[in-house]
Order: sequence, then structure tokens, then C-alpha cells
Amino acid sequence: MSARDLNLRVWRGDGSGGDFVNYTVPVEEGEVVLDAIHRLQATQASDLAVRWNCKAGKCGSCSAEINGKPGLMCMTRLSSFEPGETITVTPMRTFPVVRDLVTDVTFNFEKARQVPAFAPPSDNKGGKFRMAQVDVERSQEFRKCIECFLCQNTCHVIRDHEENKPAFAGPRFFIRHAELDMHPLDTVDRQPMVQEDHGLGFCNITKCCTDVCPEHIKITDNAIIPMKERVVDRKYDPLVFLGSKIGLFKSTTRQQVGPAGGLGPSPIKHPAPPTPVAVPEPVKRAAAAKRTAAKQAAPAKKTTAAKKATPVRKAAAKKTAAKAASATRRRSTR
Amino acid sequence: MATQTVATQTDRPTARAAIKARHLRTDRWWVDPLITFIVFSAFVIYGTWAAFDHATVYGNGAPHQWFYSKPYLSPFYSPCFADGCPSDVNWGAVDIWHWLSPALYILIIPLGFRATCYYYRRAYYRAYWFSPPACAVAEPHTKYTGETRFPLLAQNLHRYFWYGSLIVGGVLAYDSVTAFIYTDHGYHFFIGIGSFVLLINTILIWGYLLGCHSCRHITAGRINNFSKHPLRYRWWTLVSKLNHWHRHWAWASLIWIALADLYIRLVSNGTITDVHHIF
Amino acid sequence: MAAVSNGAQSATEVHDYDVVVIGAGGSGLRAAIAAHESGARTAIVTKSLLGKAHTVMAEGGIAASMGNVWPEDNWQVHFRDTMRGGKMLNNWRMAQLHAQEAPERVWELEEWGALFDRTKEGKISQRDFGGHRYARLAHVGDRTGLEMIRTLQQRAVELGIDVYMECTITQLLKAGGAGRAGNRIAGAFGYWRETGSFIQLNAPSVVLATGGIGKSFKVTSNSWEYTGDGHALALQAGASLINMEFVQFHPTGMVWPLSVRGLLITESVRGEGGVLRNSDGKRFMFDYITDYFKAETADNEEEADRWYDDHINNRRPPELLPRDEVARAINSEIKAGRGSPHGGVYLDIASRRSAADIHKRLPSMYHQFKELADVDITKEPMEVAPTCHYVMGGVEVDADTQAATVDGLYAVGECSGGMHGSNRLGGNSLSDLLVFGKRAGESAAAYAKKSTRRPVAPVAQVNAAAEAALAPFGRKAGENAFTIQHELQEMMFSLVGIIRTGKEMKQALKDIAALKKRAEAVSVEGGRAYNPGWHTALDLRSMLQVSESIARAALERTESRGGHTRDDYPLTDPDWGKVNLIVTETPQGAVKITRKALPKMPADLAKLFEEPKK
Repeated sequence: MSARDLNLRVWRGDGSGGDFVNYTVPVEEGEVVLDAIHRLQATQASDLAVRWNCKAGKCGSCSAEINGKPGLMCMTRLSSFEPGETITVTPMRTFPVVRDLVTDVTFNFEKARQVPAFAPPSDNKGGKFRMAQVDVERSQEFRKCIECFLCQNTCHVIRDHEENKPAFAGPRFFIRHAELDMHPLDTVDRQPMVQEDHGLGFCNITKCCTDVCPEHIKITDNAIIPMKERVVDRKYDPLVFLGSKIGLFKSTTRQQVGPAGGLGPSPIKHPAPPTPVAVPEPVKRAAAAKRTAAKQAAPAKKTTAAKKATPVRKAAAKKTAAKAASATRRRSTR
Repeated sequence: MATQTVATQTDRPTARAAIKARHLRTDRWWVDPLITFIVFSAFVIYGTWAAFDHATVYGNGAPHQWFYSKPYLSPFYSPCFADGCPSDVNWGAVDIWHWLSPALYILIIPLGFRATCYYYRRAYYRAYWFSPPACAVAEPHTKYTGETRFPLLAQNLHRYFWYGSLIVGGVLAYDSVTAFIYTDHGYHFFIGIGSFVLLINTILIWGYLLGCHSCRHITAGRINNFSKHPLRYRWWTLVSKLNHWHRHWAWASLIWIALADLYIRLVSNGTITDVHHIF
Repeated sequence: MAAVSNGAQSATEVHDYDVVVIGAGGSGLRAAIAAHESGARTAIVTKSLLGKAHTVMAEGGIAASMGNVWPEDNWQVHFRDTMRGGKMLNNWRMAQLHAQEAPERVWELEEWGALFDRTKEGKISQRDFGGHRYARLAHVGDRTGLEMIRTLQQRAVELGIDVYMECTITQLLKAGGAGRAGNRIAGAFGYWRETGSFIQLNAPSVVLATGGIGKSFKVTSNSWEYTGDGHALALQAGASLINMEFVQFHPTGMVWPLSVRGLLITESVRGEGGVLRNSDGKRFMFDYITDYFKAETADNEEEADRWYDDHINNRRPPELLPRDEVARAINSEIKAGRGSPHGGVYLDIASRRSAADIHKRLPSMYHQFKELADVDITKEPMEVAPTCHYVMGGVEVDADTQAATVDGLYAVGECSGGMHGSNRLGGNSLSDLLVFGKRAGESAAAYAKKSTRRPVAPVAQVNAAAEAALAPFGRKAGENAFTIQHELQEMMFSLVGIIRTGKEMKQALKDIAALKKRAEAVSVEGGRAYNPGWHTALDLRSMLQVSESIARAALERTESRGGHTRDDYPLTDPDWGKVNLIVTETPQGAVKITRKALPKMPADLAKLFEEPKK
């Protein structure tokens, strides 16, 4: 076993600023970048902030950028660099930085809430589905996702354009949409939502999401492009449009619903902002109680599809509801 | 466009790590887009010249087509149906503009197909638009709307170019069959280097056409119950396999079609002699 | 750098709930979903981001006797397998509920969007695993844990359950005052990792779902989170632990490269046909079939190989014996000098299954070895050795409600004890999380609804908790927390590891006492915002307390059984088979061991063990 010294250049700082700090740390054969960061933490910089869990490429916590390339620190082997090369480690650049290598990935959890949940047919009897293996395989590929958010981080639509964040859900949620849209038993009409609300059209298929995926999910070829093609069927293909008008193709009978998490305040909690003035205990309690009350008043908990419909979709939902009245929740077969 | 705004806590940190460098990559990330730029540019320049430089007129007034050397027809000019096409390969004249190169009537379909191809989009958005030049390398633009509005919205018409290209591809296949037949007072089996050049061209074009993402969608990608459509599923599986190598088919067919045109051009103008045998 | 100064943010934010679930792994999420569906205002608190919990590491599957592959399977067989795997030390009632309810819990996941691998008829496919008589594990390739956690996570998001991510609980709050009313749970106190600011969650019910303790051992398949927080929180709150001497060493952990030593290799490799060989190329497991399992284990390679296709007429290959048996066998082979170059034995699937099959059935194993060790498992055998994997011991709970011995406190999953006896069967963990997660969530919600007068923690208690958490900042020039953590891990692995002796464990207790002293003097550099040095300093308390519980209980139990092997008492003692060891904390903070008789199994269940063995 050969131990050697590794030169590390780590970005340290927080939202108010920061800079690169150089370190030299001993490493051994067969180690990965995260090992070097850990040794650094244990011996030289115990307050170096880094997020990690499994150290086996299964949880997707230790996402960062190594020599400018987005990757998992636990899966980036030191042997993949030239001996003597200085390795630069920075936090993911698309998300706000919390401290050092840790970023605030709330964006992704908020987007996750907006994707309507899986909705099986109403007559299902507590699972026990019959589905063929070939029919679930495509969706299974997308469920390999470990939510490291490297695809989100590397996607130039939001990496280079913060202003696109509200209108763009990112590759991770395109595969989520695709997973559910291709699910043989799902009853929700997801195609308008992925195009209109989640910005599928922003994607110019430059494939960086696929390049960085540690699970080797073919995000672009198997999810984004098929979803684009499905949207073309619905929106941009005059033949299909005409065909469905004269009854050649069945139009979709899937239901339109709103976000999984409803439109109420986010259940994703964050530290309360620093209070400059110490608040006396009773006042604070009252404030907490008010927050709780507000939360309960909000129509966050969904019960039925109709209730879940968002204002912008109400008209469309009504139309679909009327059409689907006879063939409720029947799946489109085309 | 409807946007669902879900209430979020507004006092979250928003500042990204203050790193000024546009990228920190240490590998030669620029090689890939550079090669793309050079090869595509070369193709476009050669293709434009080849499409316009279609014929010369000899002293006796008889035109000589550079794109045709019996029995080879350049794939750039196929199917040939304009006035300036040699009679052997003419599909019925469109007699409008005599001066116009026959290539220009037809090239729009294969070019449109390639221009809207999901692979080529990746390549040229990176190499020409720098959007982005490479992964995790910042793009120079201040605004980005992607394919959400005109003209890039037209990328959604890819499948129509695919339909059209299927017809063109069929004619190219026909051409590569006729490249093995010499008609001179009857039909003779003919075999020459050019015959193989065109045969390979047809194979590459079809490999590229059938691996198309739109084709994959049409075969069975659009359905969710493969198990109920075993035949379509089998097709989809085959197309998926080709699709995996779509990039390679795209490059190979692009380069080869230009070489095929060049070969026929050089034979036609007498620069080289085609080795062949007529049975 | 704008570090938050230590004093400026000491104001504690307060939230009120009916049920607070600590931990967002499989059991925590399932409990929260159940509590929410029972109408309770519910919060999930997790040290990590949502969906990163250790459950994602579970690979093999969820054991449930759905009978999709072998119609002969039913809950009684599953129950019997579980009890025998745990060497009859399991809480019979828990094992029964688990076997009975597991199928429903799996089907329910499917309704929430989980996509399991399918059989030809389109049902959920089930695979073979060690100790299970029939192919019983619902699975998705070898990433079942990920599928489960994602399904539960998405369900929780859909229901809008409040989530406090990267938030560590350091202390449970109690009502205070005299008698039983004062002894009940009032909430939990902790800090946000992001800012270091404090948070107080008031709730009459708290569900502990914090997972295991593996981080106290050097070679482990567990992540940093497995510091035994739930075990320690429960002890400090006055609850008791059970079966703490039983720690499962998974037989197959990676040994090379060093940086991934201990990383799990799923048992499915053996379930799918992989065999263990020593450096002589010998399939050595045939030499280690104990009398207990002789009747149901093949004693020759031909029969073992036939078994994969015909379970009825052949006996199981010895590679699929329960984990404790296989781990001990591997350990003996290595000790006898028949190990591989890096100190393991060989696990060979390359020579037994086609490359395509391996890719299909074990995709993450393939990637794990390819990317971390540069080994192609479709061509070469893997090097494996035992790794600390699971603690059978945990908070002592009521079988039906998962209620701990303190009112308002519940525990579920790995941090609860009793269900698995002295050894857990593979696949029983995920089903355990689901079955008892639901039960815990429901009973916690019911208890909260019942408690009309909400308990309130005295201010002094909260202040003391805050003070304790900040203490390392006040100390100067103390030791680094990471140093102590490393020493503890080394010591526990060598002295209280897979093979134990009385002498070594006495030494371990001495060492723990010394480490405790040093831990009290640890100091921290930097500020409160996302400071891993500080976090580790606080984790040490739990790790040391749990380590001491394990060592003391292991020293007390003078026999070998399941996940507890004594070199000085190598035999299983039937008298010890009737006794559980209970760990409690004395008012002075010391760990105390008491013996408790095992609950007696009713006659109709006991009969299941009398039927003639095959």
C-alpha cells in the first residue's frame, strides 16, 4: 500500500462569500475523494462542512464538483487523477450554498411536491396489481434515481439562468414524470403539466444530465425525448390532432390533477430566520400557534382529484371531467 | 404559460458559492465541440457547393451533370425529378426553374431531418450555440428559453422530416440497387467501386433512420402496455438497440454521404476512374 | 465567513405537534404516514436529507409470505423461520404479527407507486434468501431499500407531512413533576445542522425510528448516522433496552479497497446462486452445517445446486444458512489461514451464472465492484469478510403497540428490540419497518388523541439541554471528537466484535470508561453553522452509551447464540434461551443489566415447531 500526499483545493465559505483553501492530506491506494475530505476533516479542519451518508454511491448525498465536474465524492476514485495533480473540490454551483461543500437543495424538494402522485385505478383492491415485467421495466429504470441532484446541478437551463428556476423542474423530475406517465396503471394526465408547468420545452437535449448520472440512467434518451415525443402527439402533431377529432385516435381519458403536495404552505421546514431581538417565551408560543393554525386552514390536504385541481387547470379539468364522465379513469390505449 | 407557484419560505439563503471562474474543468472539454464544429462546418460548406455546382454545359449545348456517372447517382441529388436530371434517373420533371440545381428540390428533407434530429441538436447546440459548450461550462448567453418558442419550437416537427426521409431513404435504396445494373440495350449486371459506395451509403442512412427517436416513439414508445403488443414491442426493442448507437450512425452516414457525392463527382469529371465490370 | 456566534442564536424555535417521529428511514416514514392518516398532526425529524436514510442500503428484499412463487408459503412458515433464525429468543408476538401483516404492507407499497420485479403471471416476484424456507423476498433488482424509501417518501410528500431535514434531536423532553404524569414524554429538543440553532418540538407522542448502532464498529456496512441516537435517547428518558448483546455481522462485506472495507454485498448474490470458496477453491460451507440446521440443509454440492430449481425435493445450500452461521464460518476459514490476499474469502457468482443474468439480477453489485474496486463480478470472484450490519437489540417495546416503558414513547425498526431475537433473517428488516411502523404510528396517534392535557416540558429542562449541546464550544484545547470516535470504533471491533471473550469485554468496559472521560473534555473549533466537528462531539455521547450497553450485556450472557458468540462459552445454553437481558440507566447515568423471563409462546404457535422436520 502506497501512501502519498494529495494536494486539495477546497472551496470554503458560505452565502456571504468564501474562497479556495489549499490543503495537503495523506491518502492511500484505492481511496476516493470523500476519503481525502474526511481525513482533512478529522485532522486539519474539523468544521469543514460536507454532506454524506452511505459512502457507497447509493444515497446521493455527497454531490459536489471535482475539478469542475459534477460528481459524487464517494464514487470519484483518486486513481482517476494524475499523481501530483491538485484536486479542486467545490459545492454544487446551481444551488445556494449553506457552508463549504454543503448546498441548500430545497429547490428539488419543492419541485418534487409539484409532481402529482401515482394514482392507481379507483377499483384497485389494495395493491395486488397484475403487471408484466416488460411493462414496468422502463419506469423501473427511472426509479433507480438516488436523488443526488447532480443532473439538476449540471443542467445549464438553471445552472446558468437562475431566473428559469420557477418554470423548470429539471431532469430529475422529467424522469419522475416519465416514470409515472409510462406506468401501466397510472390514471393521471401528466403530459400537459410536464410541458406547461415544468418546462420540458426548455430542455435542448444537450445530455449533460445523462453524462453526470451516477446511476447511469439514460435520462435524455429514455425519459426526456420520449416525453417530448408524447407531448408532440398531443400538441404539435396536426395529423394526430385531426385524427383524434375524427375519432381515428382515442383522446386521453386520464384525469388532470394538481401537485402531489397541494398548494398550501410547504411542509419542508427550515430553521427559523435569526431573530435579532430576543422574543419572550409566551409571544413566541403564540406565533408558533398562529403558524400552526394557518397551516391547518390552508387547503393542503388533498382528498379527491377535483379538489386537487389548480386554478389554472380548472377549465381544462372541467372539460376532461365531462368527457371522461362515461369512461371514468379509463386509460388511453394509443 | 401556467406556472404553479407553491408557497415557499422566502427567507432562505439564495446566494450561490461565490466562484468567479466560468468553469473549473481541467480536462480538454473543448475538443468534442471543436471536432463537431470543424466536421459539421466542412460538411455544410462542401454540401452547399456540391448542391449548387450541378452541371456544366459543353460547347455542343449538351449538359453534363457532375452528380451523375452512369449508373451512379449522387445521393445529394436523389430522388432526382427536376428538369436538369439525366433521363436515366429522372422521376418526372418538375419543369420550373431550369437553372436551379436538382439537389435543391429535395435536400430540404434530409437536411431538415438532420437539423431537427435529437442527436444533432445536442451536437450543434453545444458546438455552435455554446448552450452550453460542455457540461458544467457556463454558457455566454444572458437569457435562455430553449425550445419553448419559435423558431426552435419547430424542432417538434422532427417526425415529419422522418416520414419524408423514409421516402428519400427508399429511393436511395433503389439507387443503390440500380448502381448494380447497367442499362445499354438491355439490363446488365454491373459491379463497381461506386456500387459499393452507394450500398454502404444506403445501409448507413437506414441505420440512422431506423434508430431515430421519433421512430422509437412511433413503434411502441408511445404505448404503456408492451405486453399486449408483442410485435410492436419487438420492433421497439430493435429500434432501441439502434437508437443506442444513433450518434455513431449519424456521424457515419453524414460523412459517408459527402464522400459518396465526392466519389461520383470525381468519376464524373474524369479525375479518377471507377474500377468496374459489366457482365 | 459569517459564522454565527455562539450566543446570538440561542433563541429556540418551538413547534407543536401530536406526534413527532425521529428518523426518516423506512420505519419513521411508515410511522409518520400512519400517524397522519390517523388524524394526528405529525412531524418527521431527520438528521439527513429526506430519502437518504440507511434504508436505501437494503438490497435484497422485503420478506412477506405472499406465496407468489411458492404457493406453499404462508405466515406460519415465515413465523417459524423467523423464530428459528433468531434461535427462539424472539418476542413471539412480534414475530407473529410481523409474519401475518407483512404481505398487506407490501401490497400497500405497490398501491403507492412501488414497482417490484414481476413473476410471469404479473404478480410481485419473490426471491430466495438465507434462513427463509421459500422464495419470499419481494424485490427490485438489488435496490429494494431505495424503492421502499422512495415510495414512502413520495407518499409522505403527497400527504403533506411536515419534514424537518438535517435536524438532530439531542434530548427527549419529559413533563416533569411527580408520579407517572411527570414521567411522560413532552417532546424533543435538538438543533438544526444548517444553522446550529435550537428547536423544540412539543408533542405528547414521540416515535423513535433512528436505526442502528453500527458506527461504533470499525468495519461496518452502516453510515455515519448509525450512532445509536434512539437507543441513547430512550435510555436517558428512562426507557429500557433489550437484547443489546446481539449484534449481527453480515457475512459478506467488501474487504478491498480499504476505503470501502465493510461495504455490504447483498445476500442476494448467494440467493441467486453465488457460493463461498476458500483460497483452496473449496466450497467450505458444507463443513459448517450445525446440528440445528442439518435436517434442512443440503450436505453435498449436487443437491444444493438442484435446490435452486426444485425447493420441494432438495434441501437448501449451506450458503443460505442464517447470517450468524455463515459469518462465523467465514471467520473460521480466514483464521485458519485459508483466506484471500486481502483477508477475506471468495464469493463466486461469475462461474455459476451468465453475465447477462448477473447484470439483470444484481445490477448495483456489478456497479459497486466495477466502480469502487475495479473488479468485474461477471468474470472474477469477490473477496468478502464479515461486517457489522445490524443490532438485534433496541428499545424494549410492547409487541402490539410498539410503546416503550415510558408513556408517550414509541420505538420502531432497528432501534426497537425483541422482534429478531438473537439473529435477524435477511429481508425481515424491511418488513419489520413496515409492519411495526404502521402500528407505532397508529398507537402514537391514538395516545396523543387520548392525552387531553398536553404535557409541557419545564423551561429548566430545555435550558439544560441547550447548555449540554453547547458545552463543547465552551471548552478550549480539548481533544478532537473524530479521534475519540476512531478509537472507539477500533476498540469495539476488536474487543466486542464477532467473537467475544469475558476478558476482552472487561477490557472494553475499562476503555469505554476512559473514552467517556475524554469525550467530556472534547472541544470544538469553528461556529455553529453546519459544523461536523461539533455534530460528532454530540454523537459521541450516544455512541459511548450504546457501546457500554452492548459490552455489559454481552459480558453478562455466558453462552453463544445468534449474533453473540463467546469463545469462552462456545455452546448454546437452553437456560439462557428463556432469558432476555434488559438495559436501563441508573440516575447516576450508569448502565444497569437485569434479567427478564422470555414471554411464553401460546400452545397453538408452539405446535408449529413440533411438526416433523423435513
